[in-house]
Amino acid sequence: MCRSSGDVNSAFFTVHTLGTVEALSLHSLCFPSRCLFHSLWCHNLFFSLLRSCAGEENWVDSRTVYIGHKEPPPGAEAYIPQRYPDNRIVSSKYTFWNFIPKNLFEQFRRIANFYFLVIFLVQLIIDTPTSPVTSGLPLFFVITVTAIKQGYEDWLRHKADCSLNECPVDVVQQEKVVRTQSHKLRVGDIVMVREDETFPCDLIFLSSSRDDGTCYVTTTSLDGESSHKTYYAVPDTMAFKTEQEVDSLHATIECEQPQPDLYKFVGRINIYKDKEEPVSRTLGAENLLLRGATLKNTQHIYAVAVYTGMETKMALNYQSKSQKRSAVEKSMNAFLIVYLFILISKAVINTVLKYAWQWSPDRDEPWYNHRTENERQRHVVIRAFTDFLAFMVLFNYIIPVSMYVTVEMQKFLGSYFITWDEEMFDEELGQGAQVNTSDLNEELGQVEYVFTDKTGTLTENNMEFIECCVDGNVYIPHAICNGQILSAASSIDMIDSSPGGKRIRDLFFRALCLCHTVQVKEEETVDGIKRGIHQGRPTSFYISSSPDEVALVEGMKRLGYTYLRLKDNYMEILNKDDEIERFELLHVLNFDSVRRRMSVIVKSISEYLMFCKGADSSIFPRVVSGKVEQVKAHVEQNAVEGLRTLCVAYRRLSESEYQEACHYLTEAKLALQDREQRLAQAYDVIERDFVLLGATAVEDRLQEKAADTIESLHKAGIKVWVLTGDKMETAAATCYASKLFRRSTQILELTKKRTKEQSLHDVLFELNRTVLRQRSISGLSVDCLDFGLIIDGATLSAVLKPSQEVSGHGNYREIFLEICRNCSAVLCCRMAPLQKAQIVKLIKSSKEHPITLAVGDGANDVSMILEAHVGIGIMGKEGRQAARNSDYAIPKFKHLKKMLLVHGHYYYIRIAELVQYFFYKNVCFIFPQFLYQFFCGFSQQPLYDTAYLTLYNISFTSLPILLYSLVEQHVTIDTLKREPSLYRDIAKNSLLRWPVFLYWTCLGVFDAVIFFFGAYFLFDNTTFTSNGQMFGNWTFGTLIFTVLVFTVTLKATKCLGLGFVIWGSLLFYVIFSLLWGGIVWPFLNYQRMYYVFMQMLSSGPAWLSIILLITVSLLPDVIKKVLCRAICPTATERAQVRKRFLKIDLKFYLC
Amino acid sequence: MMASSYNAKEEDGHHSGSSTHGGTGAPKNKKPDNTAFKQQRLPAWQPILTAGTVLPAFFVIGLIFIPIGIGLYVTSNNIKEYEVDYTGVEPNSPCYDCANSFTWNSTTPCVCTVNFTLTQPFESNVYMYYGLSNFYQNHRRYVKSRDDSQLNGVQSSLTNPSKECKPYLTNPETKLPIAPCGAIANSLFNDTLELYYSQPDGNTSKVTLVKRGIAWYTDKNVKFRNPGNDKDNLTERFKGTAKPVNWLKPVYELDPSDPENNGFINEDFIVWMRTAALPTFRKLYRIIQKKPDSTPTLASGKYVLKITYNYPVRSFDGRKRMILSTISWMGGKNPFLGIAYITVGSICFFLGVVLLIIHQKYDTRSNSADIPN
Repeated sequence: MCRSSGDVNSAFFTVHTLGTVEALSLHSLCFPSRCLFHSLWCHNLFFSLLRSCAGEENWVDSRTVYIGHKEPPPGAEAYIPQRYPDNRIVSSKYTFWNFIPKNLFEQFRRIANFYFLVIFLVQLIIDTPTSPVTSGLPLFFVITVTAIKQGYEDWLRHKADCSLNECPVDVVQQEKVVRTQSHKLRVGDIVMVREDETFPCDLIFLSSSRDDGTCYVTTTSLDGESSHKTYYAVPDTMAFKTEQEVDSLHATIECEQPQPDLYKFVGRINIYKDKEEPVSRTLGAENLLLRGATLKNTQHIYAVAVYTGMETKMALNYQSKSQKRSAVEKSMNAFLIVYLFILISKAVINTVLKYAWQWSPDRDEPWYNHRTENERQRHVVIRAFTDFLAFMVLFNYIIPVSMYVTVEMQKFLGSYFITWDEEMFDEELGQGAQVNTSDLNEELGQVEYVFTDKTGTLTENNMEFIECCVDGNVYIPHAICNGQILSAASSIDMIDSSPGGKRIRDLFFRALCLCHTVQVKEEETVDGIKRGIHQGRPTSFYISSSPDEVALVEGMKRLGYTYLRLKDNYMEILNKDDEIERFELLHVLNFDSVRRRMSVIVKSISEYLMFCKGADSSIFPRVVSGKVEQVKAHVEQNAVEGLRTLCVAYRRLSESEYQEACHYLTEAKLALQDREQRLAQAYDVIERDFVLLGATAVEDRLQEKAADTIESLHKAGIKVWVLTGDKMETAAATCYASKLFRRSTQILELTKKRTKEQSLHDVLFELNRTVLRQRSISGLSVDCLDFGLIIDGATLSAVLKPSQEVSGHGNYREIFLEICRNCSAVLCCRMAPLQKAQIVKLIKSSKEHPITLAVGDGANDVSMILEAHVGIGIMGKEGRQAARNSDYAIPKFKHLKKMLLVHGHYYYIRIAELVQYFFYKNVCFIFPQFLYQFFCGFSQQPLYDTAYLTLYNISFTSLPILLYSLVEQHVTIDTLKREPSLYRDIAKNSLLRWPVFLYWTCLGVFDAVIFFFGAYFLFDNTTFTSNGQMFGNWTFGTLIFTVLVFTVTLKATKCLGLGFVIWGSLLFYVIFSLLWGGIVWPFLNYQRMYYVFMQMLSSGPAWLSIILLITVSLLPDVIKKVLCRAICPTATERAQVRKRFLKIDLKFYLC
Repeated sequence: MMASSYNAKEEDGHHSGSSTHGGTGAPKNKKPDNTAFKQQRLPAWQPILTAGTVLPAFFVIGLIFIPIGIGLYVTSNNIKEYEVDYTGVEPNSPCYDCANSFTWNSTTPCVCTVNFTLTQPFESNVYMYYGLSNFYQNHRRYVKSRDDSQLNGVQSSLTNPSKECKPYLTNPETKLPIAPCGAIANSLFNDTLELYYSQPDGNTSKVTLVKRGIAWYTDKNVKFRNPGNDKDNLTERFKGTAKPVNWLKPVYELDPSDPENNGFINEDFIVWMRTAALPTFRKLYRIIQKKPDSTPTLASGKYVLKITYNYPVRSFDGRKRMILSTISWMGGKNPFLGIAYITVGSICFFLGVVLLIIHQKYDTRSNSADIPN
């Protein structure tokens, strides 16, 4: 994950209070920031700049914190007072004073707003055909609404900041606890935090009310993980129990400068005691209490502030989330450029024609129409330029402000349908789907590749211990699941009772009971009482960040070995004979995804033991004895069944070996630099020469309807790739179970096993040949074989490595892509998180630029979720990190089907039609004005009245299309779900391709020509009233405008369910026009529209021509649709008809 | 056991979620409403445009439009219209001299007469129009060069007209504000047309031309008003203003005979002030009321049009015409609408037939192919 503060360019700056973090940042994500609400972005950029400047100023690798602001004893170190920001959290962007200028500045940084501002200013400065109101009013409206919204959001942020900054904090000063406000906290202050309070800043944990120097913390508001995590106090200070003691501490902390990674911290504490050498202790992430986390099950703790305010890890997080832009948006921008070009060329053409036409002075200035003296004196170039600008202003409505507003509104409001969807609501979780950004709604309808995680996404991540194999013998707990516990003694099949076997078995079970990081949660709260009654006896239950571990420990419990607790560094186990065994826990070598194993070193009564469990691939190479072959066979068999396997091994350490290991570990842990790397090295040295004990198998069931979902996605033409960290056999079994691979699928393997035998080069070329041959054959035969590819992490990195032998053979990358293109399903196993993102990137940047979607549930999927065009998080058990970083979050994998096939399809169709329609309706609107210039001496005379020009896009035509684009359903939800192949109809942005765009534009031009010349011939030198009176130019414009509004509105009437809106909108137009022309408006300096509309309606031919023109302009579109449908119907159109037939059939039967 | 631990975990998350801050916790746990709107199940009847469904519509349109078109065409053809061009471009035309000798300063009006013959009698009311060609009343500089409040009788605007009227705002010599100001008013059409009927017996009789009722009722009564108090003399009310530069007489002398038709509410003036849409236009000039007896309003025969030639159009290649026209319910002679209706109706009918064929050929085929699926 690249989360460095460097790439914050396009990120949100949403640091908030704990609870509102999610609410507000979600809020700001939901409301599109890109267009209207752009300023978040700017602010952020500004802030990051500020930060980076500040960073360069006093750039040091580490900082020294003086606990309690006490100077170190002389001679130890030079006391350098350092300045750190106070603990004030500032997430607000504006103050009362700078709101208006700053907000305006930020809004006009947006190119569209700026364009309209320029038009408005041009209108103010030069003598333009339309009043500045026509562009000023919509712009003002948009700017005001945005400003109000942003102002309100900022006010909320101010309030949140304020309440957070003023929340009380207990600080130890002069041996007393003093209550102060959070924002007054400084680095070096010693803070006391009580139970259920949140930490006010990032703190180093000094001591706890618990005797063992631990405390429990939930980080729900940071990463969404609700489990209690244990943090450890600095061993040398954990004895300090009172304020006085704590305040007497004389120490400094050296630690790295603030970094956004939540799980990393490197530091060292130096404790000075009288006349002694200072004691150094290493500090790690387990000592650092993060701002935003909450203290649980611990009365109080003392801790010292190291990072405050904007430097806390929480503040540094919430920053980098790259903005994604949808394909629709890109084509929209392309269309806009075309229209801008049309606009400019229109203006140029008219300007040139104007000067050609008025070459003769009689045309330029006939006696009845003189210029003013000022105008005459103006230089001809200036005049021409002014004319050009005036034409620009006249035609500028072709790019409407309202399009942005409408598109934003459509996206924002439309996204509610996802959250509202009942079918995507999960009863168990109590949550429905979440929308984190509405910018990508339509992208859901364009997905070509789905990259899915396996564990927790395809599968339940609800682990169940199935069996274990000890030294070649298989043990199966009798009581499987159901929450039932059988008596411990009866639950082991005693197959082998030989003393050696028993020894191994005992060791195996102990290993599983000891080698883990599971915590025991004692029930003591109200919840516990409830549960106690439920269970019939007081219980405790296990918590861990890894569900596998919980499953294993519980499986052991069922087999008779109960892990009781960790007390004073002693792990207690209740064995089969109801005896308590105690082991001293010396070291935990934590799990990481690179090593793929974890170890503990414990001391039983007399001996040092190291237990290790991990993936088979990481254990077997380090095993020296044990029944390797048998276990291996068993593990492979389990893997084929789709079970998750772990191998367990142990090593007996002699005293000296232990000391050596200890030495390695402490040295690595104390290192200030490259600690990770040195720890890894130390682990590598220590974890060797194991004796294999056995293996375990844990089942992770497939999620409900996972297979059905994958099948539907396949039918929809989407390629599904599974990216998993699991081993190949397990993953392949899951793939078969989830129908990603079918029995008929020919599997191509690109694994380490194979590349060992042949060179990567040969394998790739061979596979490529196979695929190509098959394709050429399948071109002839009907049943084509589909291919499935399996690739593992090691091979992938080899493929992706920039090849040295560039000459001749070309790049592996291309060949790999070529193979992938021909495979219907790809399984990538043994993937590191970053490799997942690499794969996504590889496909994303391949030459077709397909739209990718990544779905996952865990923190290891975040990188690919951020990388893919659309990232979907599953609200899984491995915390909420994926859901938080995703664009959309769904409770279960099966919901992906509805998300893509139904919602994505609808959103795409809706937005595509909305965009096309907007361009169409503005061509219709402006092109008659252009034509009119040929009949008014290119004088920039507007055809329509100012009010019509202003309101056309804002109110006369915006509502029907907005509603249409919100509720349009050309096919029902059920049909879409039943026939996934309909998804192919809209693939590759098919509704926004250039021919379609051209068609709509031509349609607009055609309609405009019909409107204009229809009215022209009607007006041509004759009267059309029954009293002989004549109409003027405003009636001419109004007639065209009326036809225009009706045609354009009726074109949006594909769905008559919207009837009331359509008619409402038209009625509004009519009523407005009647009112606008019905009164001599005071304060207006012209009354040109007075009674124009009524007079027009009083004329019969006007009615007749309105009807005629509307009919004619609607005709071509209808004919085109009918012909296309009749001659070459798309699958969607067939589905519509089929549904109809079904209905008719049904009616027939019912009758 | 496992189930219980799982539940507990969830409960825990639940608890902490809602306890942090009310904002996020509350709506999350709410199950979405099962309403038709939110679940996108609004009943909607969607017309699917297939040849089958559109067919009847096409035939219906065809069947309605063609009769309407025929009706319109016949009506338009029954209208009688006669047009006389009296610009005087050709040397042998009667007004050639007047057109050529035109000067802005001449005080003596130039009069010319044009003879013409109506071959058919004009029944009912006959409307007399003057027509101008190549006259850009819709030029932007021209259209906006007026002050509606001045014309509405607002006293302040009378003496201090809008800047839009420039350069026809004030009299260059006296510096008095012009009433009515602006280019439109300044270029008021000021030819006088009189019509004489040459009776078969050789006498000529003047045809009565009604000059009221030619402007919109609302314009005459609401939009245009004379300034000042009704009791005062009109001349008084326009005191302190100058006449438009090109006018021969001030605004309060436009029709001294009829106080209801004088000043700003002079109907000729109002008609002129409604700017035409296109550079070739006609404006209603006079109405010839039908006679109470059954004799035609304008009997067939010879007529003399007497023109007081004041209005120069030669400079911009303009043309001046006098048009006599009868009117039906659908206005003057305009075959366009009728022809358009007939054409569109026929096209629709024809398309209906084409679609019928397509429907027979394709729709049934594709449907039958689909049904087995």
